[in-house]
Amino acid sequence: MSFSTTFVEVIQNKDSTVIYCLGDWTLENITKIEKLFKFDTKTKQITLNFSRLDHFDTHGIIFLIDIVKKFEKRGFTILKTGYSKEFLKLFEVCEKNFPKEYLPPPKRNSIKEFFYSIGKITFESKQTLVSFFSFVGGLTQAMIRVFLTPHKIRFKATLFHIENSGLKAMPIIFLTSFLIGVVIAFQGAVQLEKFGANIFIVEMVVISVTRELAPLLTAIVIAGRSASSYSAEIGVMKITEEIDAMKTMGFSIWNFLIIPRVFALIISLPLLVFFADVVSIFGGMVVASSKLGIGFEEFATRMQESVEIKHVLIGLLKAPIFGWIVATIGCFRGFQISGSTQSVGKYTTISVVNAIFWVIAMDAVISVVLTEIGL
Amino acid sequence: MNVVEVKEVVTRFGSNTVHDKISFNIKEGEIFGILGGSGSGKTTLLREMILLQGYNEGQICVLGKNLKELNTKQREELISKWGVLFQFGALFSSLNILENISIALREYTNLNQRMILNASLTKLSMVGLPKRSAYLYPSELSGGMKKRAGLARALIRDPKLLFLDEPTSGLDPKSAREFDTLIRVLRDTLGITVIMVTHDKDTINSILDRFIIIADGKIGFEGTYEALKKEKKVHLRDFWDS
Repeated sequence: MSFSTTFVEVIQNKDSTVIYCLGDWTLENITKIEKLFKFDTKTKQITLNFSRLDHFDTHGIIFLIDIVKKFEKRGFTILKTGYSKEFLKLFEVCEKNFPKEYLPPPKRNSIKEFFYSIGKITFESKQTLVSFFSFVGGLTQAMIRVFLTPHKIRFKATLFHIENSGLKAMPIIFLTSFLIGVVIAFQGAVQLEKFGANIFIVEMVVISVTRELAPLLTAIVIAGRSASSYSAEIGVMKITEEIDAMKTMGFSIWNFLIIPRVFALIISLPLLVFFADVVSIFGGMVVASSKLGIGFEEFATRMQESVEIKHVLIGLLKAPIFGWIVATIGCFRGFQISGSTQSVGKYTTISVVNAIFWVIAMDAVISVVLTEIGL
Repeated sequence: MNVVEVKEVVTRFGSNTVHDKISFNIKEGEIFGILGGSGSGKTTLLREMILLQGYNEGQICVLGKNLKELNTKQREELISKWGVLFQFGALFSSLNILENISIALREYTNLNQRMILNASLTKLSMVGLPKRSAYLYPSELSGGMKKRAGLARALIRDPKLLFLDEPTSGLDPKSAREFDTLIRVLRDTLGITVIMVTHDKDTINSILDRFIIIADGKIGFEGTYEALKKEKKVHLRDFWDS
């Protein structure tokens, strides 16, 4: 059986088979060449002749080596002739480096891995909890130290973070809290109109907004904006060894990086919440006047008469606590970032999710406690 | 034959002129060096040759194609003919070493699994990485191993041109010399043209065939190491003796 194609010519006679390699044995043609090597021979000896080969590259040669090995395994003797010096050189390099055996990829046992991952997550959660407590401890200690020596407070950095995390968040806070005021008033108006209790829209909007919704919403927006940016900033600083540089120069990372961020949010969150209170009450007023015919003036008078100031104060009191939670979690997760680019994404996500969760959890705790003691 | 032709290239960053009408040619099969002090625009020049950065004036032709007159298809074709090793390897951190090396074959060719595995493992061994490193991730490798893996990735499609950005920086002297030898062996066996940015004096005198030194935005010197030793201009010799 003899045949001839663009890439191989096979000449077979009684006791010998000669395979001529032709044309370009390069990466572009290698799949076509592979399909040609499906023939069978009867002779025990095969001669590979390379004298008519135009071009070759490592892929052509690696394929050849593979073929030769396969034939040899089946008991054939392979002879090579007609090669050039360059061909031999490349052939030798490739043959030397050709994989002699294939290491299997590390095996995965899914049941074992499942239990392993449960154990790992449990252990890591415990580790994280311990290191979070130690972070909070360190932060508290550093804050006390800073209060005792107030000249060590980095005012410029604090102001910078107040501007970035507080001032620049005002447009989005304005929008969300206005809409919340509108939505609460709108939904309330429909129900209250049925009872003819239109005027109660005032209590409804003002109490729910100032006591619960404005602080919570503001904290969630700030968690989304600032917890993520704090984590990413600190994480990248860690990757670029800036933090190590600060440590070796004797700069306290608490004073330089963490306390300015924590102070910035403790200071700016109450202000933002107050702003959100005002805007969402205004949103409620707009709906009340257009839907229920309660004018702005009537709304304001009723608010003064029937809404106690404590609701507003409770809302404002919660704000710095939320600010502390968001900043602390943002910084803590930032310091957990290490090594790869993926960990930046991972811990930034975790920091936002954690911050939002703990803000809501803390709000629930405060709500229950204050109601129980009758406030 | 000239593989790369650079004609009167001008690069400016704002008012700062980095390259002021630079011209030189690189011949087929050469190991060519781009040298110069820090901030002299060596890496910028390299990035301009591989389409990562634009230049203001002049012309760069790579493998006979003017880089500013490429359509999408020509661009793809050209990119498939070169391999690039970045200074820190630039391995894809979400893929293991074997996947990093083989990804170009998987994306651009229709080779079967066995052939891809053979080719990738051969390249892995060619650059001197142990077999067991195939399933490791870049974050588990040392700097030198990352560079070797990056080189294997650059070589996987048998490029005509190999661009290296500071291939020996950050390696210990022994690894650096091994890397030099490796590059020369690859050039001799695969017939690749190698273009590298380097600072390493040993690399310069042992494997570079020819090089240029960029000084003050111009080409301060072009030629071989032997020629440089006879050079009279003091500031160029200072470049050595420092």
